[in-house]
Amino acid sequence: MKRIYLDQAAAAPVRPEVLETMLPYFQERFGNPSAVYDLGTQVKDSIEEHRARVATLIGARRHNIIFTSCGAEANNLAIKGAALAHLKQGRHLIVSAIEHHSVLNAARFLEKFHDFEVTFLPVNRYGQVEPERLRKALTPSTVLVSIQHASNEIGTVQHIPELAALCREQGVIFHTDAVATAGSIPLEVQEMGVDLLTLSGPALGAAKGTGALYFRPQLRLVPQIHSGIQENGRRGGTENVPGIVGLGVAAELAKGELAERARHLKSLRDHLVRGVLERIPAVIHTGHPEERLPGHASFCFEGLEGEALIFLLNSRGIYANTGSACASKALKVSPTLCAIGLSPEVAQGSIVFTFGLSNLKEEVDYVLRELPQAVERLRSFSPVWRKKMAAASGG
Amino acid sequence: MYSETVMEHFGNPRNTGVIEDADGVGEVGNPQCGDMMTFYIKVKDDTIEEVKFQTFGCVAAIAVSSMVSEMAKGKRLAVAQKITKKAVAEALGGLPPQKMHCSNLGADALALAIKDYQEKKKGAVLSVA
Repeated sequence: MKRIYLDQAAAAPVRPEVLETMLPYFQERFGNPSAVYDLGTQVKDSIEEHRARVATLIGARRHNIIFTSCGAEANNLAIKGAALAHLKQGRHLIVSAIEHHSVLNAARFLEKFHDFEVTFLPVNRYGQVEPERLRKALTPSTVLVSIQHASNEIGTVQHIPELAALCREQGVIFHTDAVATAGSIPLEVQEMGVDLLTLSGPALGAAKGTGALYFRPQLRLVPQIHSGIQENGRRGGTENVPGIVGLGVAAELAKGELAERARHLKSLRDHLVRGVLERIPAVIHTGHPEERLPGHASFCFEGLEGEALIFLLNSRGIYANTGSACASKALKVSPTLCAIGLSPEVAQGSIVFTFGLSNLKEEVDYVLRELPQAVERLRSFSPVWRKKMAAASGG
Repeated sequence: MYSETVMEHFGNPRNTGVIEDADGVGEVGNPQCGDMMTFYIKVKDDTIEEVKFQTFGCVAAIAVSSMVSEMAKGKRLAVAQKITKKAVAEALGGLPPQKMHCSNLGADALALAIKDYQEKKKGAVLSVA
C-alpha cells in the first residue's frame, strides 16, 4: 500500500545532504570540541561554521545562536533563563494560552517554584493574540512575554512585529517560538523585533535531538544545563556535533528553498482545504483562513473522534495528526482547541495535515477520495452525529 | 498500541446501528474525554435477542462496544448483566492502561439498557394491574 505522510510537522526524514554532512562526525571527526589539540579545534571550527549558517537563516550573528538538544530545551532556556536572569525587573510573565507545552510548563514551573505570576493570554477564535489584550496585560513587573510565531495545531501565524514592539516600548523581553515557521516563512530577527527565538532541527530536515535559541546581543540568560563553558557558558554539556553540523546544513538549504517551498506547500494546502470543505459537511477549518502556515491544514469534523479517524486513515496509508483528548496520554483536549472556543465535543474531531516538499498533488487527491469515506463511516454509527441529524431535520 | 483483536473490531465493528423499537436503551458518556455510547436491546424470554450500538469515541471505545455487543447477543439478561469491564478488556486481548477506564464503557451502557428494559417491564405490569 502507498504511504502518504502528511504529519511533517511531527517528524520528517533527515535530508540526505544533512545526513551526509553528519556522518564523518561520528567516527573520523570525533574529537571533543573543547580539546585544545587539532582533533578538537577542527571540530570546534566546524561547529562555528555551522552556527553561522543557522544564524543566517534568521538574519542574526553567529555568536547569538545557542545550540540545544531540541526546540523544547530552547523554549525552556528562553523562558526560565531570561526570567531568572532578570528577577530584579519583576516576577510577572505573559504567555499565550496556545503555546507549546514546553512554554506553558516552563512558565508554570516559574509560577510554582519561583513565585512568578503568569498571565495566560487568551486568543481570538482564529488563535491570534490581539495586541490590545497584550498591552493591557503588561504590568511594571512584567519581565518576559512569549508568543509563538505560528501554531502547529491550527496553523495560525501571529503578528509578531506588532506584539514585540509593544514589549520593547516597555522594556519587556520578547520571546517567540518559531519552530513551526522556520523554513516556511522568512525569519528576520531584526524586523520581527524579538529578543529570543526558538528553532528546532527536525522541522528543517535535521536530526532529532537538535535545536537552537537566538538571543539578542547582551541579553543575559541563566543556563539551564549547568556544566562547563560550552556555548559561551550559556548551555553546558559536550556539543552534539553531528547534530549541529546537520542543523547548519539544513538551515542553509531551508533559506535557499524558502520561496519555492512556501509556494509548493501552499498549493497543496489550498487544494486539500478546498476539497475537504466541498466534499464533507459539518466541518470547521480551524485557525486563520489566510494568515496561516503555508503547509498546514487543520479541521474539526463534527460527530466523530479524531483518534479513530487517524487509525482509519492509517489503514488506508494516510498519516495525519489530531488534537483529540483520546490520542493524548493525558486524555485532555488540546488547550489550543479550547482556547479558540471550540466545545470539547467538537474539538474531539480534530485532525491536522502538515505538508513537506516531497508531498505531491496526487497524494492530496488520494486523501480527498479516502477522507470523506472515513468520516462518513465513523459518523454512520455515532450517536452524536445521529442527534445532530435529528435536530437538523426537526425530529 | 492496540492489540490485533482491538484493531479487528475497530475495522469491522459488529452490530452497529439503532433499534427503533428497542425494549431497552442505555446511554453512557464521559464528557471529560468525550466517549459516548448508546446500546439498544430487544429481549425475548429474558434473553437478548438483538443488540445494536452507536459509539462516538476512539478506537478503543468502538472496539469495546463491538465486543460487548458480541458478548451480550443471545445471552440471558442475568448473564449479560454480569459482563465486566475486565472481561471485555481480556476478550479484546488487553487495552492500553489509559483507555481502561475512559473508553471501557460498553458494559455500563449494556447494563443500563437492561435496567431500562426491566423498569419498563415493571411499569407495564403495574399499569396492567
